[in-house]
Amino acid sequence: MAVAAGLGPEAEELVLLEKSLGLTKGNKYGVQGERKSPVLQINNGPSLTGLATIATHLVKQAKKEQLLGKTAEEKAVVQQWLEYRVTQIALPCTKEDTRVILKDLNLYLEDKVYLARNNFTLADILMYYGLHHIIIDLTVQEKEKYLNVSRWFNHIQHYPGIRQHLSSIIFMKNRLFTNA
Amino acid sequence: MRLYLSEGSPQGLKVLAAAGASGARVRLERVPPDGHVVPFLTHPRVPALHLDSGTFLFSPNAICQYFFLLAGKEHTDLTSQWLEWEATELQPAVSTALYGHVVQGKKGGEVLGAIRKTLAYIDQSLTSKTTPYLTGEAESVADIVLWATLFPVLQDEFCLPDELQALRSWFRIMNLLEPCRNAVESVLTPKGAEQFKAYLQKQPVSCLHSEKPATNEPEEEELAQRSLSEEEIAAAADAWAKGAAALPERWQPQSPILPVEGRRNVLITSALPYVNNVPHLGNIIGCVLSADVFARYCRLRNWNTLYVCGTDEYGTATETKALEEGLTPQQICDKYNTVHTQIYQWFNISFDYFGRTTTPHQTTIAQEIFHRLLERDVLLTDTVEQLRCERCERFLADRFVEGICPFCNYEEARGDQCDKCGKLINAVELKKPQCKVCKGSPVVKTSQHLFLDLPQLEGRLEQWLEQSWATGDWTANARFITRSWLRDGLKPRCITRDLKWGTPVPLEGFRDKVFYVWFDAPIGYLSITANYTAQWERWWKNPQQVELYNFMAKDNVPFHSVVFPCTLLGAEDNYTLVNHLIATEYLNYEDGKFSKSRGIGVFGDMAQDTGIPADIWRFYLLFLRPEGQDSAFSWHDLLLKNNSELLNNLGNFVNRAGMFVCKFFDGRVPPMELGTDDKRLLAHVTLELRQFNQLLEKVRIRDALRCILSVSRYGNQYIQVNEPWKRIKGPAADRTRAGTVTGVAVNIACLISIMLQPFMPDVSATIQRQLCVPQACNILTDTFLCLLPPGHQIGTVSPLFQKLELDEIEALRQRFGGGQTHAAHPSPGARMSPMPGAGSGLARDPQRAKELAEAVTQQGNHVRQLKTSKAEKGQIDAAVATLLELKKQLALAEGKAAEVPAPKGKKKK
Repeated sequence: MAVAAGLGPEAEELVLLEKSLGLTKGNKYGVQGERKSPVLQINNGPSLTGLATIATHLVKQAKKEQLLGKTAEEKAVVQQWLEYRVTQIALPCTKEDTRVILKDLNLYLEDKVYLARNNFTLADILMYYGLHHIIIDLTVQEKEKYLNVSRWFNHIQHYPGIRQHLSSIIFMKNRLFTNA
Repeated sequence: MRLYLSEGSPQGLKVLAAAGASGARVRLERVPPDGHVVPFLTHPRVPALHLDSGTFLFSPNAICQYFFLLAGKEHTDLTSQWLEWEATELQPAVSTALYGHVVQGKKGGEVLGAIRKTLAYIDQSLTSKTTPYLTGEAESVADIVLWATLFPVLQDEFCLPDELQALRSWFRIMNLLEPCRNAVESVLTPKGAEQFKAYLQKQPVSCLHSEKPATNEPEEEELAQRSLSEEEIAAAADAWAKGAAALPERWQPQSPILPVEGRRNVLITSALPYVNNVPHLGNIIGCVLSADVFARYCRLRNWNTLYVCGTDEYGTATETKALEEGLTPQQICDKYNTVHTQIYQWFNISFDYFGRTTTPHQTTIAQEIFHRLLERDVLLTDTVEQLRCERCERFLADRFVEGICPFCNYEEARGDQCDKCGKLINAVELKKPQCKVCKGSPVVKTSQHLFLDLPQLEGRLEQWLEQSWATGDWTANARFITRSWLRDGLKPRCITRDLKWGTPVPLEGFRDKVFYVWFDAPIGYLSITANYTAQWERWWKNPQQVELYNFMAKDNVPFHSVVFPCTLLGAEDNYTLVNHLIATEYLNYEDGKFSKSRGIGVFGDMAQDTGIPADIWRFYLLFLRPEGQDSAFSWHDLLLKNNSELLNNLGNFVNRAGMFVCKFFDGRVPPMELGTDDKRLLAHVTLELRQFNQLLEKVRIRDALRCILSVSRYGNQYIQVNEPWKRIKGPAADRTRAGTVTGVAVNIACLISIMLQPFMPDVSATIQRQLCVPQACNILTDTFLCLLPPGHQIGTVSPLFQKLELDEIEALRQRFGGGQTHAAHPSPGARMSPMPGAGSGLARDPQRAKELAEAVTQQGNHVRQLKTSKAEKGQIDAAVATLLELKKQLALAEGKAAEVPAPKGKKKK
């Protein structure tokens, strides 16, 4: 494990991902640019830059391609949420941005188990890592307000091997506020 | 699957190009930039792709990837890396650059500055590889996406600095790719980067890489607010406080309406619709509705206004129609005049008088003008060769003859043009000509005709035009068309015809002839006014007191700007000539044009059967009034506009404002104590109102309508921020505040009802009834007054608009046809007469045009292939010559004159 201190949060996320994918030989990451985008140096090859790109690469390396989606539609949906992850959630969010993200996601997840409908994919993993610092700060009321997000989030954090050292977030099973 | 796009959205380019490059078959739906398409997203995101499975893709890059996946092209590490870089680095930088350029007005180098780093990065990557494209030997999704992002700022490779060699050549290659070119044509208009303005202004600045440090300004709504000076705010508050007392008295004109010394006297005409066509939506927006909005506005401004129109009834077409239906021409005219009258009544067109051209006044006035022209020696006599059918006992108009083409021997060539070779034909040149009515053989007869000597009048015309253009408002297309006529030089124009149904020519030797409709019809404006009042000359021979506005579609411009003015100038009787000539472009229907024969499109008489109220039709037609460029009617868009602009924005605001008064204050307008925020709002609304007035004074009707929507957006925002429904339950200070907010809001609703009156008269009246607005308030000034003072009792408030449902609209769309894929042709606007030699005399042939368009594309590809394979010059030249010939024929088949360079209008798929 080579997690150098001071690496961007995205590189740390990739380390988490490696472990959850069962890749034991840890990769070494650098960072690039103002956004501190993670960079992966591949043996004898060109380097790869960007959280979504490297994550996709790691999934293939672990031979778990099903996590990228099976059909063309599913693949596109996974890519869409990876892009959402790197464009909407990566930047420092204002309160209002966060509210919109949670509201939209809540509506989207209303009739879905996972981001790609019925299949667990890389999108769920990276969105879970990306949202962890936001969800952890939510009040009980807010968790109830974004009920579908909470349900989905709770589901993913209990998925084997995903959460690792991240703190487990408590969700109430009984609704406290009936008119929330 | 459906691809939702909006004009002026830079992202639209990449998805269209990707669809083209991957061969994905999508159905395009145009929506406004702030159209809500994806149901689960708060902020509108367009483009969006709606898959048949119900899934929405809202990220443009994911949409592009999906298209390529469908074509079996999996993404690689390299393509996903480029796409991620594009989304996180390039896109924000380009947005900043575009925003700086379009919204803040930065120029050249400054604009590129924002993206220099990213450009250098692409250049470097291209240089270090040896492949022509970003990820290999062939273009991939990455090339398409990056190109499309860069295109809006770069347009072509020449603005790239020399040192970025590799980027330059890559960008040039990409620009030439067919899917890219097609995407540009389909998404962009020739306005350049300007077209992105509306879209960019709607983006919250927080999405953009902002150079300045973040501020604490609320980011809730993004109305592009102009900063206000303290004086403006104070002035708005002072004006408001004056209330209804500051209103001038409403001008009530006498009946009949006549010019009044010392007042602004406005005479408005709308092009006379030809009687035997049922007008379609394009005709309606092109003239009568546009003129109606302006007439209503003039009355609101207290200007002394007369609006006249009527049906144009003489001519060959009426005669033929009468033959067909077994009626006399007069009976045909009576029948269709009623049809027209009813349609316009339903659309709430506020003519002061709607007449017709078949009246004794028409004969008297036309003959009088003719005599004056004759006396002043501006008429010429010449002999014309014409085909005459002895059996039908009449001369045949060009379109009533068929025969063998003198050029290509095609058997069914028409009298004006051959469908096969596309060449223009003079009817007498046809071999074996045949009368289309009786199939008999016509003979060539010579016939004497009278001509208006336009060359003699040209000098006077130019002098008058110069003065009219300097002082009046002529739309750009009107000036352009007129200028091109003058540039080509004027020729004498025949003013007589060998027909029976028309105004008789009062001259020996011409007794069996009538005036040609183009000469006769504009005189209809005068005769129709004469039928309205015996003192018509006070309007029409009074240029000192009267300001004349002519409304029409652009095909009618030459008759109003050149020919008719020459007639009046030549007659020398101090006639009122047009001061403001307002011409619209064309309105298309869905993807094609309105066609009565193919049953495509909505015609005036059918609009009322749809169950959609006249005011909604008025609103939507005015919202897309073809000002400056062609626009297209779309059912889906109608639904969106109704549900988003009318229901959610305007209707919602007016309803809430009224409801608060009813629910919280017993139906009485509460006392108001204005604070800084309220005064600031008054100033913003005042600015919109002034803008509204300025636009309408220049007859920019469509833009003015948007001002009303902005005012109601301000209102909604104001209510949302101040939450009177919460404050009313709070302590005394909060309750007072709730009162102030409610009082100001309901006064804004009152202002909206007045501004809306020209556009949606019924809705305006409904609001005024609900709020009990006194009639005396229906005056527009440049100030926003408190017209509903504290204590004013309002009536019962109820919702103004109904939601349109998708299945309802789909059913209508099916019923009226649409979704045609034919090449789009301009639909003729209200036409005063057939116009030989004026371009539209050329017949159009959609089927032939379609085939030719395909042939042009094929030949184009062939030429490109030859060029890339470095074929011999002779071979290339031959192929190019064939291509040019094909293009010429296409122009003809599309009804454009071949020698005139085709207008720059974009071709739609």
